[in-house]
Amino acid sequence: MRRLFRKLLLFVLFTALGVGAAYAESIVIKGSTTVLPIAQVTLEAYMKANPRANVSLSGGGSGEGIKALLEGSADIANSSREISKTELDLARTKGVQPVETVVAIDAIVPIVNPKNRVKDLTVDQLSQIYQGKITNWKEVGGEDLQIVVISRDSSSGTFEAWGEMVLNKAKVSPRAQMQASSGAIVQAVSKNRYALGYIGMGYLDKSVKALSVNGVQASEKTALSKEYPVSRSLYMYTNNQPKGETVKFIGFVLSPAGQRLVAQEGFVPLPRRK
Amino acid sequence: MTSRVREIIIKNLFAFLAFISVLLLGLIVLFLFREGLPIFKQISVARFLFGSAWYPTYNPPEYGIWPLIVGSVIVTALSCLIAVPFGLLSAVYISEIAPTRIKEILKSIIELLAGLPSVVLGFFGMVILAPWMQETFDLPTGLNIVNASLMLAVMAIPTISSISEDALYAVPREYKEASYALGATKYETISKVAIPAALSGISTAVILGMSRAIGETMVVLMVAGGSAAIPRGIFDSVRPMPASIAAEMGEAPFQSGHYHALFATGIVLFIITLAFNLIADYISNRFKEEGSGTL
Repeated sequence: MRRLFRKLLLFVLFTALGVGAAYAESIVIKGSTTVLPIAQVTLEAYMKANPRANVSLSGGGSGEGIKALLEGSADIANSSREISKTELDLARTKGVQPVETVVAIDAIVPIVNPKNRVKDLTVDQLSQIYQGKITNWKEVGGEDLQIVVISRDSSSGTFEAWGEMVLNKAKVSPRAQMQASSGAIVQAVSKNRYALGYIGMGYLDKSVKALSVNGVQASEKTALSKEYPVSRSLYMYTNNQPKGETVKFIGFVLSPAGQRLVAQEGFVPLPRRK
Repeated sequence: MTSRVREIIIKNLFAFLAFISVLLLGLIVLFLFREGLPIFKQISVARFLFGSAWYPTYNPPEYGIWPLIVGSVIVTALSCLIAVPFGLLSAVYISEIAPTRIKEILKSIIELLAGLPSVVLGFFGMVILAPWMQETFDLPTGLNIVNASLMLAVMAIPTISSISEDALYAVPREYKEASYALGATKYETISKVAIPAALSGISTAVILGMSRAIGETMVVLMVAGGSAAIPRGIFDSVRPMPASIAAEMGEAPFQSGHYHALFATGIVLFIITLAFNLIADYISNRFKEEGSGTL
């Protein structure tokens, strides 16, 4: 109900704004919280260059963004995963034709508390830990401490990507804690020496320690070469080939200036296109 | 004539406005059931309620909400254990013992506590209480049942305190005066006369406090930890029903099994709070004392 109220409020707000700026074209961007920082910094720079552009940006998760795109309430859906088959089927019935643009590459990094001795885990060990089959740090070369497994909630694209790349679709143990945002995972891990979490490379900071996976440290280089095992592409979806303001914005994100901002946020910029 | 017409118009307008809220409530309940019931075409009610695996996004999905129900019940019960003594005793102090000045100050502070946004409490629990608890007691995690219960208790105390205080205030003066006249001390008067006389109001207060705690979302989403498993101790993480609904609804594909399952969880929550309210209503009617002492 609160959602509905919020939507209503937004609607009223937008109508009010719309009357004021009747001729400015407006675009709505919605979706993955992983792509959110990219969209935010590029949008700020873009707005500086095009002050008349009227863009609204919100998070909510990849699925939420794609849902909004299919319902016509968003022009760009940010997603940290490829559009699913069910969503494509739904798009067909709604007459929407999703077009995919890769905007950056993300590496998902397992993190632990800086006090933890463990430096490296294999994909297999990570998978066993998240399934609840390995429960103590000493089994993977650490102290004799219980492992507190922290996961994103199932509405997150990071959760899905982790599930595919690390768990190979096996189920996460029900004992795993669920956090509603990457920031919350960093917060929990930075204060807890029992904890193991995972976040997009963009959220890494000094309060936590990133583990290497299969002996490969996550970095721009290793993610681009796919040498680092847990990396993925990030997408912006549009209905049909983008037009007008939308294409200008996506063009800006892909431009060298836009990709520099992507790199500043801790993501891996795309290789320069010819 | 015109005044009569006006009277009728006003009367009907008021009736109309009163019925609108009833109508709205009815529509919301209807919507809740319409969106929630289809899940029972896929899975039986018993397996939904007592199934122990909550894997709504996997293939094939599993929709057992027993761990979520257990999480909600444990967190609520524990928060009640904390909130009832605090709420009740502060009500006794405010209505029976405190001098007027302190009474006014305390009352407004408790009202302030009631107005505290739950997200602020959640943030406090997550950033301050959880690390402290974990360090001090050397626990694997600070995001657990105890933390969530403490935060919920803080939310339930104002409800319990202010309703109990009203109930105590409504105990007729004559009762207490009679008690003093018989030579009873202040403590005896409070514990043997005032509290028993206000018991129906106090029970209502406790139940309303509980129904506030069980429906609270933000706090449990932030500090309960979110493990969808039956806890093995009070320092384990749990995932109460409202937290699950809030965390997952954004992603559940429209009209999918997951979506219906979340609405059905909402129905369970609705039935529990409805039951609480009916019990509160029953108690306050059944044990209503006669005369001027009614709440």
